[in-house]
Amino acid sequence: MAKPTPKDVLFNPIFNNNPIALQVLGICSALAVTTKLETSVTMAIAVTLVTGLASASVSAIRKFIPGSIRIIVQMTIIASLVIIVDQVLKAFAFEISKTMSVFVGLIITNCIVMGRAEGFAMKETPWLSFLDGIGNGLGYSVILIVVGVIRELFGSGKLWGIEVLPVYQAATETDPASGWYTPNGLMLLSPSAFFLIGIFIWVLRAFKPGQTNNDPTL
Amino acid sequence: MHYVNIILNAVFIQNLALAFFLGMCTFLAVSKNVKNAFGLGIAVIVILGITVPVNNLIYTELLKKGALGKWLGSSLSDVNLEFLGLICYIGTIAAMVQILEMTLDRFFPALYNTLGIFLPLITVNCAILGGSLFMVERNYNFSESLAYGFGAGLGWALAIVALAGIREKLKYSDVPHGLRGLGITFITVGLMAMAFMAFGGIDLPE
Repeated sequence: MAKPTPKDVLFNPIFNNNPIALQVLGICSALAVTTKLETSVTMAIAVTLVTGLASASVSAIRKFIPGSIRIIVQMTIIASLVIIVDQVLKAFAFEISKTMSVFVGLIITNCIVMGRAEGFAMKETPWLSFLDGIGNGLGYSVILIVVGVIRELFGSGKLWGIEVLPVYQAATETDPASGWYTPNGLMLLSPSAFFLIGIFIWVLRAFKPGQTNNDPTL
Repeated sequence: MHYVNIILNAVFIQNLALAFFLGMCTFLAVSKNVKNAFGLGIAVIVILGITVPVNNLIYTELLKKGALGKWLGSSLSDVNLEFLGLICYIGTIAAMVQILEMTLDRFFPALYNTLGIFLPLITVNCAILGGSLFMVERNYNFSESLAYGFGAGLGWALAIVALAGIREKLKYSDVPHGLRGLGITFITVGLMAMAFMAFGGIDLPE
């Protein structure tokens, strides 16, 4: 494999080697927080920062980590970073942190963070690892935000809490009928996230046939 | 009856895999055949059944506000260590998995050979950490958390075995090219989640 350049490392994961669609990493938390754009964006920023910083820190001390306990060391670094994110959210965005409940904590077990620390940061320099972490975080963010936009727009006719599609309301004694859009309740429920990611993968693979998996068992 | 309700609720209504999407990475990766899915399911039940109550003890006896005061004198009764929760829970989980692995290896070699490869996977399975976090969020006491841990594990195991059964049959179907593999699996899981939502209508008596 050729020596990775900073540009490749940063941009490859976004479309060519997307962590969610191709490496099947980190879908656990990707689905649960996407009912609203606001939580999706918060989650995306949190994961991108944690992945970048965790990769950088792991890479900075990679020569001092004994091989047999490296998982625990990585886990501790990641957990500390996630605690910081959690505390910051609780302090400055309490409402959002309440809606996301346990899913902020679950960034620890997000396979993207662990996967990049183990697969990339243990071998490369801190700066490259940082970019790699940020790149993978951004790849994750792209899917999260797309799914978040679709679910909030069609599920409640809003984007970022602002009404975009006027929701239909039947006429009452005082007000005439208004709006035309009837929200699709399915979009707010959990199955829609699975369908959307399934379709997203389908579209991505239709455009990049090389990524199609010919092994029917996978 | 209260405990049966907690178990039923965790298995069907708030299924960790299908309602909260937890443990998805391993859920999708290991569900290719029923045999492996079953092995992983059992391992998850055991680990959740152990770690949720242990983390409950850690939370109520050490981390919760005022808990330290009980042990170390009233000067510490204002100390609130809840922010250390995440790091403690994940530490406990990693340690428990390690202990279980060694115990199985020593006393039940046959079981170790079947479950062995799945145990390291479980440390980073979000369903396990999620179980502990939900336990804290819902304020379960020790015996409730025992029931919850077991029920949550059972629900997850049920979901993965069911998905593996469907995927075994799916091998013989003619799936559109780009959808093959991961795509169709996602859609299958979506349909399963929809089916499980029907359980949401069950009203458990208190």
